[in-house]
Amino acid sequence: MAKTSKAVKPAKEKKTFSIRNLKEQYHSFKTDTQFANDRKRWSSNVKGFIIGLLKFLLIVGVSYVILGPVLGIISKSFFSNADNYNPMVYMIPQEPTLERYTKAIAHLDYWKVVCNSLIYTVSLMLIQVFICSMVGYGFARYKFPLKGLLFGCVVVMIVIPTHTIMLPLYMTFANFDVLGIIKLIRGAPVNILSTPIPLYIMTAFGCGLRSGLYIYIFNQFFRGLPKEIEEAAFVDGAGTWYTYFRIMLVNAMPSVITVAIFSLVWQYNDTFYTKLFLISDDVVISKKIASLAANIANAEKIYDPSIQQLYTNAGIVLVMLPVLIIYIVLQKYFIEGVERSGIVG
Amino acid sequence: MKKKRRKMTLTRKRAITGYLFIMPWLVGFLWFYARSLFMTFQFSLNVLEVKPGGGYTLTFAGLDNFLYAFRAHASFKQVLTTSIADMLIDVPLITFFSLFMALLLNKKFRGRTLVRAIFFLPVILNSEAIVDATNLARSLMSGGISNAAAEVAEAASGGVSIEYYIQMFGSLGLPMGIIEYIVGAVSRISDIINASGVQIIIFIAALQSIPGSLYEVAKIEGATGYETFWKVTFPMVMPHIITNVVYTVVDSFTDSEVVELAYDTAFTYNNYGLSSVMSLVSTVITCLILVIVCRFIQKRAFYYN
Repeated sequence: MAKTSKAVKPAKEKKTFSIRNLKEQYHSFKTDTQFANDRKRWSSNVKGFIIGLLKFLLIVGVSYVILGPVLGIISKSFFSNADNYNPMVYMIPQEPTLERYTKAIAHLDYWKVVCNSLIYTVSLMLIQVFICSMVGYGFARYKFPLKGLLFGCVVVMIVIPTHTIMLPLYMTFANFDVLGIIKLIRGAPVNILSTPIPLYIMTAFGCGLRSGLYIYIFNQFFRGLPKEIEEAAFVDGAGTWYTYFRIMLVNAMPSVITVAIFSLVWQYNDTFYTKLFLISDDVVISKKIASLAANIANAEKIYDPSIQQLYTNAGIVLVMLPVLIIYIVLQKYFIEGVERSGIVG
Repeated sequence: MKKKRRKMTLTRKRAITGYLFIMPWLVGFLWFYARSLFMTFQFSLNVLEVKPGGGYTLTFAGLDNFLYAFRAHASFKQVLTTSIADMLIDVPLITFFSLFMALLLNKKFRGRTLVRAIFFLPVILNSEAIVDATNLARSLMSGGISNAAAEVAEAASGGVSIEYYIQMFGSLGLPMGIIEYIVGAVSRISDIINASGVQIIIFIAALQSIPGSLYEVAKIEGATGYETFWKVTFPMVMPHIITNVVYTVVDSFTDSEVVELAYDTAFTYNNYGLSSVMSLVSTVITCLILVIVCRFIQKRAFYYN
């Protein structure tokens, strides 16, 4: 490399512009690896920079599409009336006010409803984790006749939307009876709609919100665990139940966390089952938000829909808050959980 | 002989324990799913009347409900076709968009965790009320691709005529169907971004499970990045495309208009038989689409193991 560049120099110093010289120069340029390397590095640097810039712009753009409305809602919830009517105000309110929040909290009966809501979701989540992990373990570790067919049924549960069976479910719980026992005692089947009981029953029997998916996740995870753990426990004299509960479930912690978080968040957000089973607004906050604007408009005599919207925004922020807190605290587990716990598979 | 019998009992014992483990789910499945599917089918063939004291009576009506849904109902056919068309447009777009984003996010760069967290946000905030509110906020947002559909209309009425460009591409020889597809894709870009959170994560996981040795080999053999993508990355990711397609189809079906229509028919107009027909027909069509798509991909898929 050094040799060639030295050979070029005398040719440059002569500065006689003969064709032969030019040819020589051209030739030396062509064989000059230093120059070629520089050029290559430079062009690849530029290429890398442009591609990096495009990537950056794309990611920023997509993030904007996702975050924009959320930030918009949050900022709007602090707008005062004057800010709302002032076209110069964008995103940052001039006279921020907490009035939206105080009224929304009062009309939502926020603290009570959110507590109810959390109790309801957390209890359902616990049942969900317990039952689905048990079923997943049964499918992963035991051989029994018709296993393939039954696991096919789990997949069917994932694929077939719940909407297909909403009517029969409604009918079942409107005239709820277990093998005629309740009819024997009370004389007629009971209507347990408009309470959260139907959902508890369904979840306890492994048919709650997205239970099929959770069973699938647990099955995938348990299949990946080494069999030796179990065998060792067995040799040491642990019973089946003890092995599952104290050894396998502890080892399956990543998937337990994944399922727990997802079931928590999805249950909290769910409006389909709560609507179908007519579960009261006071138990499920994500349902109560729908009527907030109308309630406030009636009670406070606010007729401008754009002002009503501000109250709804505050309410939405309040509803989002618990989920967002869970998400920010456990963010790592959410994403790693999906990656690791075998949805992929 | 004795030994053999003992072995039998052990496997049998194991089988019984296995059944005990899945028992809750099995009961639930038979009680809620299998029975309900059967009942949906039954309702669709009957006229259902709710008795005042609770309970209901069924009068056999044959295929009347089906005929009514397809021949006489004002909007069912139209809603069904738009729902399916939407799904057919959305699914490939979401799949490819999420694969693309996963390729971008798979590389290590600063702030990757933050970006991933943002991309996953729509999955967390998928409550109906929140989605409605964010949609409203998006359409109120000024500028950007906030509401491309409205902007397209605005551009058409204002100085820039979008029609002109569409016609220009048309006269270039692009089929009208493709142009409409692209225009549709642009106008629903925010929906696509919001619907692809889980898919992106699944693809990232798939990309990370590809053994690095394959890339090394490709590099040594002198493959370019483009070739590496099509010969290594894409085939290895192929099986996960099925997972994603199933997830996307089910997800988009859950929010589709057909479901809403079925819900309204049942609980607003109390026409339970018709509602069952709607649910049944749309479910069967979705399942058919799923089966066809899965067959199609599976034929081309490459399984590493």
